[in-house]
Amino acid sequence: MSTPANAPTNEPHETPWPLWEVFVRSSRGLSHVHAGSLHAPDAAMALRNARDLYTRRNEGVSIWVVPADAISSSDPDSKGSFFESPQGKDYRHATYYTKSEGVKHL
Amino acid sequence: MASQNLQSVPAELSPEELEREQAGQAYFDRIISEDSRIEPRDWMPEAYRKTLLRQISQHAHSEIIGMQPEANWITRAPSLKRKAILMAKVQDEAGHGLYLYSAAETLGQSRDKMMEDLIAGKARYSSIFNYPAVSWADMGAIGWLVDGAAICNQVPLCRASYGPYGRAMVRICKEESFHQRQGFEILLELSNGTPAQKQMAQDAVNRWYAPALMMFGPPDDDSPNSKQSMAWNIKRFSNDELRSRFVGMMVEQVKVLGLTLPDQDIRFNEETKKWEHGPLDWNEFKDVLAGKGPCNAQRLERRREAHDDGAWVREAAAEYARKQAEKEFAA
Repeated sequence: MSTPANAPTNEPHETPWPLWEVFVRSSRGLSHVHAGSLHAPDAAMALRNARDLYTRRNEGVSIWVVPADAISSSDPDSKGSFFESPQGKDYRHATYYTKSEGVKHL
Repeated sequence: MASQNLQSVPAELSPEELEREQAGQAYFDRIISEDSRIEPRDWMPEAYRKTLLRQISQHAHSEIIGMQPEANWITRAPSLKRKAILMAKVQDEAGHGLYLYSAAETLGQSRDKMMEDLIAGKARYSSIFNYPAVSWADMGAIGWLVDGAAICNQVPLCRASYGPYGRAMVRICKEESFHQRQGFEILLELSNGTPAQKQMAQDAVNRWYAPALMMFGPPDDDSPNSKQSMAWNIKRFSNDELRSRFVGMMVEQVKVLGLTLPDQDIRFNEETKKWEHGPLDWNEFKDVLAGKGPCNAQRLERRREAHDDGAWVREAAAEYARKQAEKEFAA
């Protein structure tokens, strides 16, 4: 007996479901914030699972799910050099300028 | 630092690798000494990773198995309100398990492997869930004593040095306080009910008290891993310290319930400023951990059944996702 070309060769659940990162907007006017992650076979299921897992107590008004492997991140091993630029540039902060101390509304 | 003692550096490392390891260790030691947090992609000693993986996965398994003693009472809850509350609580336990599996996965173990280990009986979970919940009052005692002990244990874990674990614990602790309060209310209502109801509440407290105290783990002088965990800022307080703190809280709360704790030896030690309790049966604790508790076999069997019974759901979801993807590709 021949098997159709696209038939699953294994029980489907043996392939682990992809990992999704979940971002929740807690109320209007705020940004989405990372809440955690979960496994789901597709985006629609990921959204439903995220709702059940991360908003059981009205924690959100909007959810994003992002495939975890679609996220690019900075390399933790090069944290020194990657974030080097702002070092020693205190003049980017208002607190650097002390001569105006005591002057109102400045 | 003590962590270096457990760090075995294989002899065959190349000079570059060795340098990398040493730089990693120095970085790790600095983060820990600053009481900062380690994140998944940071270098960490293998023993730290293994300790965390064991602790977090055991914790996750406990939440999942912990659904059973209470799920057992959903169909027999005395009112619709109690039933809704119990379902919400059991759903929370499932959620807690999932938060923790996510945290454990960041250490490089797949979720499927953890699930397999649990079902195969290779993984441990909290000994407490191997005791039977025989009456409705047990729902009260579990919430008040078991969840109460869990909270005592878990609040300091919010500051655990491993970022994903701490973050999962923050979420869990927020939700646990509802669990303990609803348990307290069940007991309070029974305690103020008929003499038979009050007796049922007292009986439940009598049975759950000692197992709840043992949830904090063996006494400090018999807890070999505690020291290292504390050096790594995973654990913040010793088992005995947390247990003593818990006893102190329960002593006051049980008065409000109008019930008693089954322990004649509870006293506040003026010298140490700590609460002391009567002897606990640590042989029983070891037996239950070793799989000889009253419900070990039943709990695992039920978990296996649930996993098998859910197979068609997982298959259907995967197949649906595959078809949707095909459609999208064709369009």
